[in-house]
Amino acid sequence: MTDARTEILARVREALAGSAVEPVETRAPRDLAPATPEVVDLFAERVADYRAVVERCGAEELEDRIAAALPAGRVVVPPGLSVRVPDAIVDDGTLTAAELDRIAAVVTEARVGIAETGTIVLDHAPDQGRRAISLVPDTHICVVREDQVVPDVPDAIALLDPARPQTWISGPSATSDIELDRVEGVHGPRTLHVLLVAGER
Amino acid sequence: MSGTFVGMPAFPEAAREALADSQLRHNLAHATGTIRAKRAKVVAEVADWEELRLAGAAVKERALRDLDTQLVRLEETLTANGATVHWARDAAEANAIVAGIAKAHAAEEVVKVKSMVTQEIGLNEALAEEGISAWETDLAELIVQLGDDLPSHILVPAIHRNRAEIREIFRSKMAAAGRPAPDDLTDEPAVLAAAARDHLREKFLRAKVGVSGANFAVAETGTLVVVESEGNGRMCLTLPEVLVSVVGIEKVVSRWEDLDPMLRLLPRSSTGERMNPYTSVWSGVTPGDGPQEVHVVLLDNGRTRALADEVGRQALRCIRCSACLNVCPVYERTGGHAYGSVYPGPIGAILNPLLKGVGHDDQTDSLPYASSLCGACFEVCPVRIDIPSVLVDQRAQVVDAHRGGVPKPEAVAMKGAAYVLGRSRRLSVVERFTGLGMRFARRFGPAAWIGARDLPDAPGESFRAWWMRTDGGRTDGSRKEDGTDD
Repeated sequence: MTDARTEILARVREALAGSAVEPVETRAPRDLAPATPEVVDLFAERVADYRAVVERCGAEELEDRIAAALPAGRVVVPPGLSVRVPDAIVDDGTLTAAELDRIAAVVTEARVGIAETGTIVLDHAPDQGRRAISLVPDTHICVVREDQVVPDVPDAIALLDPARPQTWISGPSATSDIELDRVEGVHGPRTLHVLLVAGER
Repeated sequence: MSGTFVGMPAFPEAAREALADSQLRHNLAHATGTIRAKRAKVVAEVADWEELRLAGAAVKERALRDLDTQLVRLEETLTANGATVHWARDAAEANAIVAGIAKAHAAEEVVKVKSMVTQEIGLNEALAEEGISAWETDLAELIVQLGDDLPSHILVPAIHRNRAEIREIFRSKMAAAGRPAPDDLTDEPAVLAAAARDHLREKFLRAKVGVSGANFAVAETGTLVVVESEGNGRMCLTLPEVLVSVVGIEKVVSRWEDLDPMLRLLPRSSTGERMNPYTSVWSGVTPGDGPQEVHVVLLDNGRTRALADEVGRQALRCIRCSACLNVCPVYERTGGHAYGSVYPGPIGAILNPLLKGVGHDDQTDSLPYASSLCGACFEVCPVRIDIPSVLVDQRAQVVDAHRGGVPKPEAVAMKGAAYVLGRSRRLSVVERFTGLGMRFARRFGPAAWIGARDLPDAPGESFRAWWMRTDGGRTDGSRKEDGTDD
């Protein structure tokens, strides 16, 4: 008996024998201009559409805005967060899932924001931390800089590195499984608070 | 533990039963109506939707036409990223691989991301036989699992249940599976969702092994992608020490940038959103982040059979969005159970016969006929699968598979019609007796046909007879006694 790999590949080759591999154009259309103030506005609008909280502020206000957004309870931050969060637990990779479950909030940065779809992409670099810390706590405060916002999905794909793990986030956790009505708040953070910061880092 | 589709009757019989269930029809009409409106709204936002569909179809078609190379490449890149790649010819092989991995870690339970392929192979049942509990963590899958029910929709497997029924399932069944539902459970969707959150959280926090499928597998980079809404996917993909992903070989796309049309097409077609709440992307093992042991099972289970079918192979482009179910006039009335498969609706009507082959069982052979060929499914398909054409081709294959032996009444009727229509003289003879024939048919015709249809009254004179009598309407026809034939 041949092994499964050999047999499956042989079946594939047999199935395709005689059908030519036609070159197919796969470039998807793109219709938005490069990032402009309008693109950043659209991003803020589309993120808010998912019933996330969106606040815009200047870099100098950021620390206060974060402090105001934090719920009662403990907060965890990734090791490379560029903004100071007083009394936060800095994740050193040893917190277990059960320990994270007792933490109320997490503050992270992001890799890219997608205006058209209102999506924030984390690539879990040191300013965002490992995946578990932005998943288990019930409130996620996410800092996105205006210069990180791109118009649409293809722009984000071009910027992102597939070797890194990624989490694409479009609003708080939600489900449409009961009569196809959207309800926010299932397993992921039930509150997504986005702070959109003007200017560059 | 869920039920099984094994032993389901053929579509017409199952559909008759479903149609008699007015609660089911009400639930389905409401749900499919809602999702159709949502999809139409977000698709209309995209100016070049048709171009995007073409690009999506091309991405999948290109990978399929070169599938052997793509699979070998995927295996290489996944392995280089630290994942272990397994190959499975069929359901039994795939189930044994997953069970083996769970046992190697002495796991008595696994948490599961919603996955069509693991339902297709009956993974939960196979793991149960090995003494391993497989917990479904998607809300709709949880409803189906707790209710000992069958999935009836690709995206929302519990679409046939309304909120009151879901409340009752949670109230009576949650306690046996873990944390019970709260005493004050109402039928508000938000309250039901919160009960599911509490019930599943303890399972997520203690799970050692996670099991998933994948929406896409990128050959060039060794990357898997899971698209979801609730965060249960993120939990299963992130918290366990060990992750096993069962991936149908048709899920492969060649390049990283190929995800662009797919991630724009899928959420709008599926849940009617600009983007789904969460998409997880991972390439093997990331030190210090997420599961440190990652397995990928590449599964055939009939896909190479479908690939060999030159008309039907386009069905392998399917990204399981379920838009075709939501627009189908047949699905909207019968629901998903009548199709007797985890893949219901128009895509199921072609995918099941393609994966299993026709001529072996009546249930599968009945599916290509479960359609009025209206074409709505093709119109909404984000990867342009021409489902009506494949249905017609599958019907021909079913007929061919049944040649020889006693012909069916339909085949006899078609032969008769071919004989009559082959010569105009034969037709005109038959035309004279049409009225008599109709009266006879109304009285003695096959009940299955006549019972649901009104036979029209035959006109007193055929068109050809009228044409001859009146010289094509130029005279009143009084100079001739009767129409004559050629």
